[in-house]
Amino acid sequence: MNEHLLELRGISKSFSGVEVLHEVSFTLHPGEVHALLGENGAGKSTLVKIITGVHQPDKGEILLGGEPVHFSDARDSRQAGIAAIYQELSLFPDLDVAENIFAGRQPVTLGGRVDWRKLYAEAGKLLDSLGVKLDLKQKARTLSIAQQQMVEIARAFSINAQILIMDEPTSSLTLHEVDDLFRLVRRLRAEGTAIIFISHRLEELLALADRVTVLRDGSYVATHPMKEVTRFGLIRMMVGRTITDLFPKQDVTPGEVVLKVENLTRAGSFYKVSFELRRGEILGLAGLVGAGRTNVARAIFGVELPTAGRIQVEGREVRITSPQQAIELGLAYVPEDRQLHGLIPAMHITSNISLPMLAHYARMGWLRDTRERKSAYEAACQMDVRANSIWQLARELSGGNQQKVVLAKWLSTQPRILILDEPTRGIDVGTKAALHALMSKLAAEGIAILMISSELPEILGMSDRVIVMREGRVTGAFSRAEATQEKIISAATQDVATIGITL
Amino acid sequence: MTAQNPPALGTSPATRRNLLWTLVRFREAGISVFILILVVAITLRSPSFLTVDNFEDILLNISILTIVALAQAMVIITRGIDLSVSSMIGLVAMMVAFVVKEHPEMPVLFAVPLGMALGAVLGTFNGLIITFGKVPPIIATLGTLSIYRGLVFFYSQGTWINSFELPRSFKLLSKGTPLGLPNMVIIAIVVAVVVYYFLNYTRTGRDIFAVGSNPDAAQFAGIRKQRITFLVYLISGLLTGLAAVLWASRFESAQTNTGLGFELQTVAAAVIGGVSTSGGAGTVPGVLLGALLLGIIQNALPLVHISPFWQLAIQGVLILVAVVTDNLIVRRAQRTRK
Repeated sequence: MNEHLLELRGISKSFSGVEVLHEVSFTLHPGEVHALLGENGAGKSTLVKIITGVHQPDKGEILLGGEPVHFSDARDSRQAGIAAIYQELSLFPDLDVAENIFAGRQPVTLGGRVDWRKLYAEAGKLLDSLGVKLDLKQKARTLSIAQQQMVEIARAFSINAQILIMDEPTSSLTLHEVDDLFRLVRRLRAEGTAIIFISHRLEELLALADRVTVLRDGSYVATHPMKEVTRFGLIRMMVGRTITDLFPKQDVTPGEVVLKVENLTRAGSFYKVSFELRRGEILGLAGLVGAGRTNVARAIFGVELPTAGRIQVEGREVRITSPQQAIELGLAYVPEDRQLHGLIPAMHITSNISLPMLAHYARMGWLRDTRERKSAYEAACQMDVRANSIWQLARELSGGNQQKVVLAKWLSTQPRILILDEPTRGIDVGTKAALHALMSKLAAEGIAILMISSELPEILGMSDRVIVMREGRVTGAFSRAEATQEKIISAATQDVATIGITL
Repeated sequence: MTAQNPPALGTSPATRRNLLWTLVRFREAGISVFILILVVAITLRSPSFLTVDNFEDILLNISILTIVALAQAMVIITRGIDLSVSSMIGLVAMMVAFVVKEHPEMPVLFAVPLGMALGAVLGTFNGLIITFGKVPPIIATLGTLSIYRGLVFFYSQGTWINSFELPRSFKLLSKGTPLGLPNMVIIAIVVAVVVYYFLNYTRTGRDIFAVGSNPDAAQFAGIRKQRITFLVYLISGLLTGLAAVLWASRFESAQTNTGLGFELQTVAAAVIGGVSTSGGAGTVPGVLLGALLLGIIQNALPLVHISPFWQLAIQGVLILVAVVTDNLIVRRAQRTRK
């Protein structure tokens, strides 16, 4: 008799040479809520995608009900009774609630005609059994996020899922909605469904989950019954690593305040964010993905307009309404997603670097090539971009070198304030060290740097000061000396109401 | 949570009972009102517009457009487009007319399945390029738009097939009225009914909407996306082939430029009728009304002494109005979601 509904043994997975999962094991019992916990990049999402057949493991095996199984795509795992609700919801916005539940599996009459009456009746029954009230004929486009989630859960149940995977289902719900979701999850558990629940909110997991498995840097750490662990214990398991001297921040005496943000608010994404940034300083902005850090950066750079609050640049109060204006004020923003926002992959290095400053190189609308080329070359050299020539296309470069081009691009605008959003995400260790050295050098030259990072070692190693955000609010501020992994994680995951309780 | 108390109808802005909003939101209602206003206005200027004869004329004129626009609508619902329909009409009309001319002894009804089969072959080619060749639909069908038109010249060696070369029975195929209405109008109605049933009452039909609404989710839901995509281009060819036979019969000829520019009218009818250019939405009644609106404008311009040269410009304005309102609807719906 096998008590494991699902068992993963020694799962390893690499993407383009980088190992993201190393020998991870995991078991799931029927009728349990099993929390999967780990920092950003610990490998939770990859593990989920392996369970659902979106990715195939390089090594290791998956057993379902004691039998080895192989899922070659998401359809296979669905047929085996595994349903997943991802962070990005997968509904059909133009179809109504009932049809979304049965999409691809509509009940048909003997003649092959879609039986609409039965479809609505069954959808209604299903939602009733889940205790969810929704207008069956409402288009998915017009539902709230919470309602959309309910539809996804209903869909999972219409295929009689024995295993339900929920990836951060609560991240965009209100407290009240979370309560409803938990009630539903408990009910499903009582009926024997096994649920894998991913969340960064430790309190939630402590309240809801039966067992917890912790991953760290792609490796399995431990599995414990939830009753036997504490909040603090969980944080320790998540962090539990030593910081190497990979992050060399030169000591600089910070100069005058160049950027002052007071009570900056953008309704719906962040609230009352205040901080100061000084010349020569690196201010780390820590927090979990989705905490609103990027939104703050975008607001300062004039991409998303804040709804309240004040920004001072070099002592002058400003209202930044466009990136052009931000650039003129001496700001530069290196966005998180290089491919999407930072680089034009099909253009060569020179054009990428000169892009924000084209007006400078142009006379009466005509580009003056030599000047453009010269400054691009200088910026590329300064950033130590490794390429065949400055005419190489950006998309042909490695991730690290792409990031250097993006930096070179913004440095060519001679910024006094540099905002870096996840500057080393997805970059190999060697280039990472080089980028850190560069950042340190730039700070020493007097540039003020606001660095958003989800990697704690980077935050701790590079920052002169650290502020932590959680759910759109600043929940902690630490000097370099005060900051520890535990304090930062605690501030990033704690409920806003309980700040102040020390570990 | 709102899931416990679903918003009562009338409280959320998306469902507010506002006449203008309803007209904008339900395209069929909006376009019907627009057509009514147009009919009244034209009739005031020119009473001969509102006669049974004239109306029959309009129906006759939009039959072919309706058939192809319905096919086009299915393609657009999957986020694609079929620009090659006009050249398919040219090529199929030429080939069918040639066969009919060479074999007057052949039962004339045979021309219909022949045309549909030829169209299906051309549509299959489009579908293969798009699904297997992974070419974006607009590029693929732009290519076959030229290729098929080239084949018309190749096949016909630049000659025309004229009225006197075609048997009378073939000419009556579209215009005969054994059932009271011209055959062509009846065929268009039948096609509309079949397409309506197909889109709303078969799984495959629903899959077409699912694929257009969220292609990735469709795959997760176990829908074979490629197969659906292929199918809509096949259907497009099939219905266009039918339209081509009717075209040759109605205009009693097949020329090298038969159907030239027609693809834009089919897209216009679909889009004006509320088929969403971003996929996932569209209705058969909407497309019918879109075609009717275009037909009325075409018919009425000479009656109210506006140069027919304005027709294209008016068509363009209508398309833009339709697309802009679509965008506004989407934006508004998304705003109410938060």
